[in-house]
Amino acid sequence: MATVELKAVRKSFGRVEVLHGVDISIRDGEFVVLVGPSGCGKTTLLRMLAGLEEITSGEVRIGERIVNKIPPKARDIAMVFQNYALYPHMTVFDNMAFSMKLAGRSREEMRQRVDVAAKILGLTDYLDRFPRQLSGGQRQRVAMGRAIVRNPQVFLFDEPLSNLDAKLRVQMRTEIKELHLRLKTTSVYVTHDQIEAMTMADTIVVMNNGNVEQIGSPLELYDNPANLFVAGFIGSPAMNFLPGRFAPGNSAAVKLSNGSELPAPACREANGRDVTLGVRPEHFAINASGVPAEVVVVEPTGADTQIYCRLSDTEVTVVSRERHMFKPGEIIRLQPMPQKTYLFDPAGGRRLA
Amino acid sequence: MTPPHTQVMTGTAPPVSALSPLARLFESRHFLGLLFMLPAGVLLLLFLTYPLGLGVFLGFTDAKVGRPGEWIGTENYEFLVTDSVFRLSVWNTFLYTGIASVAKFGLGLWLALLLNEHIPFKAYIRAIVLLPFIVPTVLSAIAFWWIYDAQFGIVSWMFQRLGLIHNYIDFLGQPNLARMSVIIANVWRGVPFIAISLLAGLQTISPSLYEAAAIDGATSFQKFWNVTLPMLSPIIAVVMTFSVLFTFTDFQLIWVLTRGGPINATHLMATLSFQRAIPGGALGEGAAIATAMIPFLLAAILFSYFGLQRRRWQQGTKD
Repeated sequence: MATVELKAVRKSFGRVEVLHGVDISIRDGEFVVLVGPSGCGKTTLLRMLAGLEEITSGEVRIGERIVNKIPPKARDIAMVFQNYALYPHMTVFDNMAFSMKLAGRSREEMRQRVDVAAKILGLTDYLDRFPRQLSGGQRQRVAMGRAIVRNPQVFLFDEPLSNLDAKLRVQMRTEIKELHLRLKTTSVYVTHDQIEAMTMADTIVVMNNGNVEQIGSPLELYDNPANLFVAGFIGSPAMNFLPGRFAPGNSAAVKLSNGSELPAPACREANGRDVTLGVRPEHFAINASGVPAEVVVVEPTGADTQIYCRLSDTEVTVVSRERHMFKPGEIIRLQPMPQKTYLFDPAGGRRLA
Repeated sequence: MTPPHTQVMTGTAPPVSALSPLARLFESRHFLGLLFMLPAGVLLLLFLTYPLGLGVFLGFTDAKVGRPGEWIGTENYEFLVTDSVFRLSVWNTFLYTGIASVAKFGLGLWLALLLNEHIPFKAYIRAIVLLPFIVPTVLSAIAFWWIYDAQFGIVSWMFQRLGLIHNYIDFLGQPNLARMSVIIANVWRGVPFIAISLLAGLQTISPSLYEAAAIDGATSFQKFWNVTLPMLSPIIAVVMTFSVLFTFTDFQLIWVLTRGGPINATHLMATLSFQRAIPGGALGEGAAIATAMIPFLLAAILFSYFGLQRRRWQQGTKD
């Protein structure tokens, strides 16, 4: 177990810079999720941690050591790959024992450590099988077993669940989380799925276009997004963004293009300016004092109802715990809950209030 | 396997009784299967089975060019066993196939590994590597003939200029030198096929396996030994089977370069068979020599089929 420090880390492929100076510091035993859309540089960053990509500039520290020039095998890390990267010609046992075999450990030690890992992961009965004879979830476990056996300082996960079906993904999500609670090894986990990030992380690092947008605990990011990008990325369904003009006053409001006024948080900086009002779908109340919106589609999911409607010129999503039986075309009235709205600068996306 | 034809006709087809016998025939999976296989079957019979059967049959006769022979049983083979030239040709064939195949495999694998690296002008280099394979055998054999020539050969000229030798080497004029020379020519021709096939195999190996191995602590050689070689073994088996078969039955190169000489030192079974049968006129004996190659070829195929090609890890989900 160890801390991980990234300082002003940059990466260029040829002339193209894909990471523009990333600073992250990870506590011992922390489970950190790097999340962001495809191409944001999160996997590249993980591979730089692993030593599979060179670090163009900056400093990567695992524990006390600067590892910039240290090869992967000497970094004391283990990695779970997206496609598992199991050796197809080796049995589960040999896959898990391979690193120890290379290190020249005794047969007995290999047997013992593989057995322990296999027991944790429920693979004891499959040690003689080849990867091809396993299901997706089992292969995923073998990949984790290979990492556990090494007892590394840091676990690195590169979208390990994206090749699994939805049900198994939820199950493995829990298993990885449990495993982390049990082993308490510092972990860095890359995913593009914000739900995975929210459910598993101690700390989430939201990345976009090679920059870190915000670092924080899942609920911090949900309650206090630093900018438009984080606000739109965290939370499902995504936050609604309504363009309008800020109208100051005793009860501040944002005036939409059709004249409707929605209550907004107070903000001196925004006086008389164009702003973007952010409201989460679950923070709309449907009641008579709200602003009118036209229902487009209603999707009952059982536990809640998702209503897509047109408010002014913008499509907004509303999630309600009640079972509404609105018809498309019907006019409903929406009111944001007090203290649950956000103001953003439309140019640049900075949070204003 | 085809299911019984009673199950084939599903709900959409009209009831069986409503169809005429001919229509019913054309609905039958067995009949249609036979019908569709017919063209391929005829071609195989005509151009494969018939010549092969005729060759084997001729081996048991004393046919000469222009005279249909009589059945003489195994007399040809009894003679060949005692024939020192034939025995030499068997030895030559094994030597030629053995050395050339090992050399081709080694060089081919090496070349494939090189071409799999990131090098500038990769596409062009790959195309150039294929050239020896594209040039007609006879043409490249003639080129080698010039290279080896006792009076004008470029190799001799070069060595002499370098001061290494005083007299030109007669590459194709001395038994062991000639053997070496034809083997080199064969290797030159055969390497591209192996290199390109193995390169194709190398490119199917997922890079993440090497990354996993790097994290597991493998050195370059350990990666090669534990990942590349086992992952490549199925394609190696197939490629080397083909290579051995082609080398074992090689004819053109030898015939153009040495015609089996000097003093039969480079006679392979294929060239000897041709020489005895066509220029020599002894069709029956030539056919017997050719037939004698079959067991060796079968053994080579079976060896690779059972010994190398099938691995447990490649098979499906069976316990």
